[in-house]
Amino acid sequence: MTEVVATNETILVVGGGISGMTAAIEAAETGKRVVLVEKRAYLGGRVSQFYKYFPKMCFPTCGLEINQRRTKMNPNITVLTMAEVTNLEGEAGNYNATITLSPRYINDNCTGCGDCAKVVEAEFDNEYDYGMSKRKGAYLPHVMAHPMRYVLDPAIIGTEDADKARAACKVDAVDLDMQQEEVKFNCGAVIWATGWQPYDADKIQPYGHDRFDNVLSNVEFERMCDPKGPTGGKIVRPSDGKVAKNIAFIQCAGSRDHNHLYHCSRICCMATLKQTNYVTDALGDDADVTIYYIDIRSIDRFEDFYKKVQDNDNVKFIKSKVASVTRDSGGNPVCNGVDTEGYHRYANAHDMVILATGMEPSVDADKFPVDIVINREGFIEADEKNGGIFAAGVASEALDVNRAVQHATGAALRAIQVINRVATTEA
Amino acid sequence: MNDLNTNMIEKYRNSFLNEVEANVEEGEWVKMCMQCGVCSGSCPLGNAWEHPPQELFMMIRAGKREEVLSSDSMWMCTSCYNCIVRCPREVPITHIMHGLAHYARRLGMEPKEQPTAKFAQLFWDNLMKKGRVNELKLGIDLYFKVGEGMKTALKNKDIGIAMWKAKRMNPMEFFGGHAVKDLNGFQKAIKKAEELEAARLDKHKA
Ligand SMILES: Cc1cc2nc3c(=O)[nH]c(=O)nc-3n(C[C@H](O)[C@H](O)[C@H](O)COP(=O)(O)OP(=O)(O)OC[C@H]3O[C@@H](n4cnc5c(N)ncnc54)[C@H](O)[C@@H]3O)c2cc1C
Ligand code: SF4
Ligand code: SF4
Repeated sequence: MTEVVATNETILVVGGGISGMTAAIEAAETGKRVVLVEKRAYLGGRVSQFYKYFPKMCFPTCGLEINQRRTKMNPNITVLTMAEVTNLEGEAGNYNATITLSPRYINDNCTGCGDCAKVVEAEFDNEYDYGMSKRKGAYLPHVMAHPMRYVLDPAIIGTEDADKARAACKVDAVDLDMQQEEVKFNCGAVIWATGWQPYDADKIQPYGHDRFDNVLSNVEFERMCDPKGPTGGKIVRPSDGKVAKNIAFIQCAGSRDHNHLYHCSRICCMATLKQTNYVTDALGDDADVTIYYIDIRSIDRFEDFYKKVQDNDNVKFIKSKVASVTRDSGGNPVCNGVDTEGYHRYANAHDMVILATGMEPSVDADKFPVDIVINREGFIEADEKNGGIFAAGVASEALDVNRAVQHATGAALRAIQVINRVATTEA
Repeated sequence: MNDLNTNMIEKYRNSFLNEVEANVEEGEWVKMCMQCGVCSGSCPLGNAWEHPPQELFMMIRAGKREEVLSSDSMWMCTSCYNCIVRCPREVPITHIMHGLAHYARRLGMEPKEQPTAKFAQLFWDNLMKKGRVNELKLGIDLYFKVGEGMKTALKNKDIGIAMWKAKRMNPMEFFGGHAVKDLNGFQKAIKKAEELEAARLDKHKA
């Protein structure tokens, strides 16, 4: 059984991405007790799936490692992974939370040696690579996963593979009898940091993401560029494995669009400028990048980053939102449209097209386990009606990591104030 | 916003955009266009347009009254609605194209010998006679005034006969044709509407 010690002076943090981790650490380091609930088997959220970070182009593993360490070292933080909040009721200063934990089938004994994965045969689409690679039925979600513990896919339970995994483990970590569990506890304030998911590129029908192999979304491309990703970091066309040199990016794919997401996702311009660097770094003068855009939103200090990309002779900017993508006889995706600077009609063939899809809230507006004020775009509003529940990071609006972390620190402060109020009334 | 600001905005506001907003169907949407280009790129007849919708909207905002109203472009719209369903801003582009064409026609600024304009006029005149469209006469008029006359009529004769047999077309309609119930009332209502419209238009006649 999972035991959680918590009182109405405890802060519940939902979502263990960069924002949830930050809020949990900030609160815990002031001495508050925190329970951090994460749906995935590991902490870090979407950031752990990036190759590099804009604007500094450093590796996200570095920032994540520091935060993972601070989480691990702090006795005030209890981390629950593969966990979701299924019920939440009460009011500021006194909430009752119900958490449902899915079985991992691997206990704390796991040393991360990977012996179980060697013997298991069944393979599944790897969600960490957005389905672009396969993983085993016994797997470590990614090389830097925290907690560093393997997971058994529930689909292999009851098959020979499960028994093989148990037999292979030298430290008795495979526990096939694990069941789904429910834990209930008391808390005084809640920080909601469930972040985002990529907008489903298949829904943008004119762009053919569901029909053409060589049309990828930006999150897929991010995985492709990562040396630890599905192609080992090689930028190649999914259709024939040829090196892709002539690459187009389509901005606002599904954002700022009444047929899709109303809002500007705010980071996809920067994500594209960042990914343009991956291409020019890998291919040098062979790179031939085209960015189709309505306007480039590289907010405040990011303008320098934009300027540098503009100065690169291997990158072209075309002011136009592509109307449709078709495919020519050579399997090349063709961008069709009319530009805004001169109204020229174009039909440009590229090796590969990347859709700069935006971020939508990861929790459906009608799936929150508690009453909460949500705006038209599905993000959580800062509203007094939310009582002791505060949004942190992208759960509140589309933000880059820097701003998400600042926002999370603010949320931690708000939660701390609620707890302090509880503590004074009870003293 | 305070009154001073509002007054300034009104003072400097482009008067052709104002005119379009007041007189063209759905004209108040023109300012909502963000110049993305999706409509122009989505138009199946795009090649035939001198100025695609996106450009027309920019020309309106730039005050190019003559060029817009005498343009052939909006007459090219076939009402496929591809642009409307794709426009990220939900601008009712198709309706504005027809609104612009209609407004240009009312001001007598449409290009001469514009076939769509000619057909629209035939349709209107035909409709006004009996309060309903006489399809037989409309077809014949179309072949002789816009199309290639006898040649086109003969080419379509089998279709005509089939429609006659299926009771979809009555050759007797050629001799007058039947009217709506209250033809007099219908014509009065139209006349009144035309008077109101003419009074409104007087303000903008160049
Ligand atoms: C293509 C792309 C590239 C980007 N590149 C950069 C970049 O280079 N630099 C930069 O600064 N920003 C970048 N961003 C933005 C960055 O991804 C976000 O700012 C960041 O992920 C925000 O972190 P978060 O913790 O708020 O959300 P997330 O990273 O989404 O984390 C949310 C966490 O909550 C968990 N969760 C979700 N639902 C539940 C639930 N019901 N119960 C429990 N847990 C749940 C998730 O599993 C996840 O772990 C990029 C975005 C995109 C789309
Ligand atoms: S950040 Fe750029 S690409 Fe993304 S929605 Fe905003 S303008 Fe479009
Ligand atoms: S699609 Fe809509 S917003 Fe884009 S140029 Fe056309 S009218 Fe303007």
